[in-house]
Amino acid sequence: MRTIIFLLQKEFIQIFRNKMMLPIIIVIPIVQLLILSYTATFEIKNVSLAFVDQDKTQTSKELKSRFEHSPFFNIYAEADHISQLEKSMLQQKVEMILVIPPDFEKQLTLSKKADLQLIVDAVNGSAANLMAGYANQIVLGFNTDIITNLTGINIKETGIQVAPRYWYNPELDYKTYMVPGILVLLVSLIGAFLSGMNIVREKEIGTIEQLNVTPIKKYQFIAGKLFPFWLIAMFDLCFGLVIAKIVFAIPILGSVWLILGVAAIYLILVLGLGLFISTITDTQQQAMFLAWFFFVIFIMLSGLFTPVEAMPEWTQMLNILNPIAYFIDFMRMVMLKGSDFTAVTSQILHITVYALLTMGLAIWRYRKRA
Amino acid sequence: MNKAVVVRDLTKKFGTFTAVNKLNFEVDKGEVFGFLGANGAGKTTAIKILCGLSKPSSGQVTVAGFDAYKQSELIKKNIGYMSQRFSLYDDLTIAENIRFYGGIYGLKRVEIQSKIKEYVKKLNLEEFEGRKVIDLPLGIKQKLAFSVANVHNPAIIFLDEPTSGVDPITRRQFWDMIYLEAAHGKTIFVTTHYMDEAEYCDRITIMVDGKIEALDSPSKLKKEFNTQNISEIFLKLSRKQNTSQN
Repeated sequence: MRTIIFLLQKEFIQIFRNKMMLPIIIVIPIVQLLILSYTATFEIKNVSLAFVDQDKTQTSKELKSRFEHSPFFNIYAEADHISQLEKSMLQQKVEMILVIPPDFEKQLTLSKKADLQLIVDAVNGSAANLMAGYANQIVLGFNTDIITNLTGINIKETGIQVAPRYWYNPELDYKTYMVPGILVLLVSLIGAFLSGMNIVREKEIGTIEQLNVTPIKKYQFIAGKLFPFWLIAMFDLCFGLVIAKIVFAIPILGSVWLILGVAAIYLILVLGLGLFISTITDTQQQAMFLAWFFFVIFIMLSGLFTPVEAMPEWTQMLNILNPIAYFIDFMRMVMLKGSDFTAVTSQILHITVYALLTMGLAIWRYRKRA
Repeated sequence: MNKAVVVRDLTKKFGTFTAVNKLNFEVDKGEVFGFLGANGAGKTTAIKILCGLSKPSSGQVTVAGFDAYKQSELIKKNIGYMSQRFSLYDDLTIAENIRFYGGIYGLKRVEIQSKIKEYVKKLNLEEFEGRKVIDLPLGIKQKLAFSVANVHNPAIIFLDEPTSGVDPITRRQFWDMIYLEAAHGKTIFVTTHYMDEAEYCDRITIMVDGKIEALDSPSKLKKEFNTQNISEIFLKLSRKQNTSQN
């Protein structure tokens, strides 16, 4: 124990003497939370829309005004023919074109049936789908009103009405969904990168050899090396939770103690990963690349930015091996749904077993050799 | 136990390359034992095995009475080691370095405090006290590293090219420190490729391509090879090896 205290004392002096360290611990979490929380919205606003109105009647005017009043659309231009808009589409100034064909109003009143054309920039497929969806919604509403006017029957109130209630996130606010995940990302990066780099740095400057020739025990070295970063990551998690609560008004419905307790285990996993990376690399550069290799895959697979359900089955299967996915799941469930211990037992079990395996592997790989 | 180090048929192979080939030697307690050889002759490999940093491929190694295969952690308690790479922490002060290594070796707080005072006084570091080690001149760093390797009062001190890159005056002072420790009964095991330093040793071995080609006191070796200085012996042995290879 005495040896560990001397090691800890040395590590803390070095960590806080490093001028980059305080910004890393304080500023990076804030910036990540403030920026990343806004990055993964699944809604699209201000779609740049252009009209090609070849009908020019009261009806077409009315349809256009519905789009003009929608918060989702910005009217970029009006043209007489699609060809006039092709250039704008290529320059990405226009994302969607609504073509109202000639005789639109006439068709609608005479044959009670008319066509519209929608041209969507579908370079980003899911965004295109969303834009078309918004447009359809508006046209559908317009359609219903016309039928009501023509027939006098209020079809809005007939047929099956579906009234969805959005549980756990009633406003469908994506930040509520993102922030718990970003918190996980944050403590994972801090834990794995800082601990891994720290040990590899001692290899680079050669002091590890001097340590290896002392009677320091393996467990003492590992405990002394990892505990400071465990503490820093725990601090960052608490710090992040406070920011989430104050800045984003994210609810923390479940037990904070449950969150902290499982985070404590999860960080052992992350630090084990950092230690493992440090045992198979010789330079900070190698360690950095290897850590990024793991984390880019873990993060993209985890469902932090894109829904896991939308991924092909085989990548979903890979998530069985993804530590970040379990903890993100856990955090979202406990923070947003108020899940208690029994509801997240599976996640906790996976994290615990994973933590033991990773740390065990890292300790086994770590050699007191030159 | 009168021998500090006993080595029998020590061999270390890395794949097909034999870095150290059947070494045999003994080091007496209190001896200053020099380990000479060109770069790549196998000196550092051998010293790392003796310090427990590397396992031998075959042969017997006993250091401070402990077996290098099974008791390497006990060996580590009883030796000090200073590598050719700088072994102190640049971003810690002199006192913090001494405290850290003292603590690792299990010194009491009061002992650590007295060591700090002792070293600062002995090495005239008063003006550098409280400064980070990175700000020290190289010569002082090396002398401090030697002192720190000695902080737990080990029976044997291993020095791997401790004076490379250091000016002649500091080297001389460094050897004064080595002699002082030897006079206190410590065994010093030192590798070097400065031939004048070899003259300071009680006995020297000269390694060429993983093998010991000569082992005796400097004066006896000079007589045997009929030369004025160690440098000539070294060159003779190295050339012999080269011509036999060609």
